[in-house]
This record gives sequence, structure tokens and C-alpha cells, in this order.
Amino acid sequence: MLEVADLEVRYGAIRAVRGISLAAKRGELITLLGANGAGKSTTMMCIAGALKASAGSIRLAGEDVTSAGPETMVRKGLATVTETRDVFPDLTVSENLMLGSYIRRHDRVGVAEDRERMLALFPRLAERSAQPAGTLSGGEQQMLVIARAMMSRPKVLLLDEPSLGLAPAIVDQIFEMIGVLKRSGLTIVLVEQNIAKALDVADRAYVMRLGRIAASGTADEISAATDFNAVYLGG
Amino acid sequence: MTFALQFLIDVLSLGGAYALMALGLVIVYGILKLVNFAYGELIMVAGYTLFLVGGSGLPWLVMAAVAVLMAIVTGIFTDYVAFRPVRAKSVTAVLITSFAFSTLLQNAALLFISPRPRNVPLPAAFSQTVEIAGVITPVRNLITIAAAVVLLGVFAFLMRRTVLGIAMRAAATNFTMARMLGVPANLIISSAFAISGLLAGIVGILWIGRIGTVVPGIGNEPLLVAFIATVIGGMRSLGGAVLGGFLLAFIDTTLNYTLSQELLKFRDAFTFSLVILILLWRPEGLLKGPATGQRT
Ligand SMILES: Nc1ncnc2c1ncn2[C@@H]1O[C@H](COP(=O)(O)OP(=O)(O)OP(=O)(O)O)[C@@H](O)[C@H]1O
Ligand SMILES: [Mg+2]
Repeated sequence: MLEVADLEVRYGAIRAVRGISLAAKRGELITLLGANGAGKSTTMMCIAGALKASAGSIRLAGEDVTSAGPETMVRKGLATVTETRDVFPDLTVSENLMLGSYIRRHDRVGVAEDRERMLALFPRLAERSAQPAGTLSGGEQQMLVIARAMMSRPKVLLLDEPSLGLAPAIVDQIFEMIGVLKRSGLTIVLVEQNIAKALDVADRAYVMRLGRIAASGTADEISAATDFNAVYLGG
Repeated sequence: MTFALQFLIDVLSLGGAYALMALGLVIVYGILKLVNFAYGELIMVAGYTLFLVGGSGLPWLVMAAVAVLMAIVTGIFTDYVAFRPVRAKSVTAVLITSFAFSTLLQNAALLFISPRPRNVPLPAAFSQTVEIAGVITPVRNLITIAAAVVLLGVFAFLMRRTVLGIAMRAAATNFTMARMLGVPANLIISSAFAISGLLAGIVGILWIGRIGTVVPGIGNEPLLVAFIATVIGGMRSLGGAVLGGFLLAFIDTTLNYTLSQELLKFRDAFTFSLVILILLWRPEGLLKGPATGQRT
């Protein structure tokens, strides 16, 4: 479904991603692990079309999308939840969700259905639908950005550290949600610091280090074979 | 009482014009975080278009509509020639290209039309006065107030209730995220320039209506006014730009009423001193824009 080959991404002279390859089959959940600064978010933003690749290729459902912009990627079925949890703070929860369905705004019936589905999945958002998104708690904002991403009916979902800075109970809820989305047939790329939980839901895992893939395999192989202290402390 | 009413009409008509000018500038600034220095020339274009179609014998409203349309087209054109080619490269480059485009348009007017003032056709109402409760006031002041009310209302509706407006507000706080939801960057930017041109065109006709003539530098003062109003109001907020416009008009009108003939020459110096005081008190402007910071 998603194939990344020899991807390289630069910030000026800095090579943040130095030739990585990864792939997710339809309905698969892959997780991308690694220390701070390993290049995980950079990889995600590049796949989303928000950063240009300086080398390598990205294919979505067999089609080359290496140089596609972010608008195009959404239309081709890829939705992104960024690490920075980008709600539009002065827009209401409803308006945020509405923009999530921007690409299919003419399908009013479908959009209304999806909205109901998302509000049923995240009842807290339903209670706060007329409230500016900037006034939501961190956990509620995370729920909102996931729900908003789902409003485009993506085939592939990129999730960058959905559990960042959230209380354990909320983290459990978010992971439960990720499980639900996966079972619905969605292909998911998950970046996480919460290694145990990520490997628990993932089919396969990639470990990134200094812009390269240091290890990859099924979730079980990776959890058995990788010394995460070394990976995360940069040793 | 009559004095108060006179003052109110003056503040509202000047403030309405200032608010529309500021809104036209800030709609583009909010999205691109760049000041369009060629903004004043949109007003110039509206003025010269009105001058050029002046002899056509068309009904005045049609001529005015053509002038506004030209301002819109020029606004969109500004994006294509001054912003789009260098937008991704550097902020400095865009500031310079928009400044260059402004100079280019002004010089084109100097060269192809004239450095001397040109008369624009205006309906009779622009030179008439009416008496309201003992106050004699030019009809064009009332037209300006009415135009400001209608345009601000339409603008507020567009930004709050339509998908395009909401997408534009979203793009103003986080352009990349808006694009990652499928909102096309170019559509949003072109719309912002078109709205900017619409506001500049209409306010331009009202502005030129005060003196009845157009010169190549006609847009310089509106650009300055818009810029100051926006700074006072807080660069990022649309409501702030409107508030800033009315506040600036309030200051100007108060000075007009209170300063002696001698000091009136220095009115702008007084105005700017007050603006500096406001900014010392509120460096971020009166209204904080939507927070761009993300909670994590
Ligand atoms: N805008 C930028 N300009 C320059 N360098 C950047 C920029 N963004 C990221 N980098 C650098 O690129 C490298 C990879 O950053 P990235 O955000 O992809 O890491 P990450 O794996 O997501 O880390 P974290 O776990 O902290 O989120 C880092 O060394 C970072 O300093
Ligand atoms: Mg990251």
C-alpha cells in the first residue's frame, strides 16, 4: 500500500533522513521507533508531502507520489496526524472536523455519517463541538486530530506520537482507538516513544537511528532482539 | 448633541474606510505572513480604471463595478508576478518583489497616464450634503458608513459560515496543516488576494470620491493607514484590523476637532506619537490573534 525506498530528506545541509526504505501492506500497522532526533517525524512529514524528498521514492497504492504536495496526498487517500497536534485553535471542534472532510465536502450525506461515527467514537468531542479547539485539553486535542484525519476517509493513516504528553488512562484510550481503526482495515504508520504499547499493536516495526533504519522485523522479533536502551539513549 | 452626532458620523465614515483598508491588507498578511507593499496600487488601479472608463457613457455603477473588478484582477495578478515565483524561497525576496511591483505600477501610471491628477466620474450624490438632526454632512460619508457595514457583514459571514472562509482562517493559523487536510494552497492564497482586491477597489472608489481625482501615489496613504491600523489591532487578527481602523480614525478625527489651525499641519506627528504610545502599552497590538502555538 505504502512503499518508501531509499528516502533522503534534508534541512539545508543537515541530512535528517539518510536513505531509508520501509513498506506497509494493505491493512497492516507498522511502527517507526527511535531516539529523539532519529528522523521519524521528518520521514512522516515527507511521506505526507509537507517536506520534499532530496532522493528516493514514495509509492502509494502502486502510484509514484514522491513529489506530490500535501493536498494531493490527502486526495490520494493518505491522512496525517502530526506530532505537534495541530488543531486550528480558534476554530470550533465542529469546524475542525469539517475541514477534515474538505476533500469530500460535496458528499454531504457521507460526511454527516462520518461525523456521527467520529463523535460516537469520541463522545468528549461531541460535548464540546461548539467550543474553540484551542480550549480543549491535550488529550481531547489528540482525539480531535485523529477524528479530523479520519474525516477524509483515508486508506493510509500516519500517526506521529499520538500518546505524547498524555495521562496513562488517555494513552490507553488512544491505543484502543488505534486498534479499532486497524481492525477496520486501515493501513497505519505509527511513530511512538511508548515502545511497549506500539509493539503490542504493530504487525511490524522499524527502528531508526541517526536517519537510518537500524533494525526491522515483525513486532515480536524486534521486541525480542532489540536493545532499546541502546537505541533510545543513542548508544 | 449636534456636535456629538457630527463627530460620530466623521469617526464612523473615516473608520469604516480605514477598517476596510486594513482588512484588505491583513487578509493576505494573515495567510502568507507577508505584507503586500503593492496593496496601495490596487486602489490606484481602481481609480485609473474609473478615469479610463469615464467617457464610456455607461451607468456609473457599471463603471464602478469594472473598477473594482480590475482591482481584484490586479490583486490576483500581484500574487502571480510578485509572490508565487519567490514565495517558497525567501521572505526578503517577496518583500522586495512586492515593493518592486508597487513601484512598477506607479511608474506605469506616471508614464502612460500622467503625473497630474485625473478626474474620475462620480455620481452626484458624492458632492451633495444632507441634514440629519441639524448636522450637515456629505452624503458620501453616509455611503461610506453603509458600504463599511455591508462589507464587514458580508466578510464576517464569509469567514465564519462558508467552507472557503473557515479554510482561510485555518490556513492563517497553520498553513501546512490546512494543506495536509487537502485545502489547496493556491486556492486559498488567490482567494485572499481577490478579497484584498475587492476591499481595496471599493474603499478606493470611496476614498477617491473624497477628492474626485486620482494620482499615481493615491495608494500610498491607504497603505500606510492600513499598515498602522493592522499594527495597532494586532497583525494576526481580522477583528483587530477593524478595531485598529476605527481607533485610528477616532484619533485622527479627535485631532482634527481639537488641534488649532497651526498645529493641524502636524496632525500625523501627533497620530504617530499616539500609535507609539499604544504599542508601548500593548506591543502585540490590541487584540491577540489566534494562538499559533500548539499545546502538546
Ligand atoms: N526544521 C528543521 N530544520 C533543521 N533541522 C531540523 C528541522 N526539523 C528537524 N530537524 C533535525 O532533523 C533531525 C530529525 O528530526 P525529527 O524531528 O525527524 O526527529 P524525530 O525522530 O521525530 O525525534 P522526536 O522523537 O524527538 O520527535 C534532528 O536532528 C532535528 O534536529
Ligand atoms: Mg518526532
